[in-house]
Amino acid sequence: MARSKELVPGVGRLSRSQVFTKRGLYKGIKKSDKPAGEEPAATKEKAVGGAKNGEKRVIPTVKAPRYYPTEDVRQPKKSRKSHNPPGLRSSITPGTVLILLAGRFRGKRVVFLKQLESGLLLVTGPYKANGVPLRRVNQAYVIATSTKLELPGFTVDEKINDAYFAKTSTKGARSAEEEFFEDGKPKAKETFPATKAADQKQVDSAILDAVKKTPDLVKYLKSTWGLSKGQYPHQLMF
Amino acid sequence: MPESNFKRFVEVGRVVLVNDGPLAGKIAVIAEIIDHNRAIIDGPTSGIPRQSFPYKHLLLTPLKLTKLPRAAGTGIVRKLVEQEGIVEKWDKSAWAQKRVMKEKRRSLSDFGRFKVMLAKKQRRDVVRKAVKKASA
Repeated sequence: MARSKELVPGVGRLSRSQVFTKRGLYKGIKKSDKPAGEEPAATKEKAVGGAKNGEKRVIPTVKAPRYYPTEDVRQPKKSRKSHNPPGLRSSITPGTVLILLAGRFRGKRVVFLKQLESGLLLVTGPYKANGVPLRRVNQAYVIATSTKLELPGFTVDEKINDAYFAKTSTKGARSAEEEFFEDGKPKAKETFPATKAADQKQVDSAILDAVKKTPDLVKYLKSTWGLSKGQYPHQLMF
Repeated sequence: MPESNFKRFVEVGRVVLVNDGPLAGKIAVIAEIIDHNRAIIDGPTSGIPRQSFPYKHLLLTPLKLTKLPRAAGTGIVRKLVEQEGIVEKWDKSAWAQKRVMKEKRRSLSDFGRFKVMLAKKQRRDVVRKAVKKASA
């Protein structure tokens, strides 16, 4: 609000559009003109039935709106800000054993693999050890332990990204009846895709090899975490 | 005079455990009694500089320097403490060892606690089997 002297704190003398004019930034905008293609015709001819109707009529291609607002409707300002994905907590590195705190697998101890583009953490049980599949979790709902697996040379396949976990969207309106029933009977469960099962196995084989190097670590991953009487998470070391 | 039930007294030469403040957990010797609230303590071998300290934050240990004169300086305290091996005696005591154990347990990681649980289970199993065998 350099040009627009403040009347009271937060309110300038000039409006947003006045400031825009004064700043004159629009003058500097370089525009590249598109090659002028053929303009779509504003009107078209249409054949009309009926003897007295003159056979054809010229009508506009785009109909004029039937409704105009009586008052100007203010357009909300578009924000050009976007959220950046959160950074990774320093205590979490590939191979770190995490404790899940929320969701279906709360209390389970899992192995962290990598952070995905959305900022979510890619973890695996491994599935064979404790039933937790390849899964995305929010690092806010996770306790990082100081236990780490040595995973030299281990990389997660590039295809396992956020899109890999996205649900397949079904376009169009579908009734709930259709969704759950078939021929008057509940629909048969969809089988887990074989490709995903293979991916799980491939990732877990490397992880399990690393886990087996430390005695009792498999047992540790199999067990669940919880607090007993007199234990407070802020006083515990992980 | 009838025998007192008390075994440990606030006296010159008494070894005390500091129970509060940044020096908590270290031992020192009472060098001089200031009043009924404070004493001058000194722990040259355990890292406690000579200072006045309230009794409230001290715990009396069963250990004592036998021949410490009143208001002895740090040099004499150090000499006597080393002569009588106070620090070694303290470290060997059940009290000190229990403190060390507690600290160790507290600083265990989640996996460490799990391993302790497994070890305890194993011990329990051995004991139960032995008891069963003995009572049969």
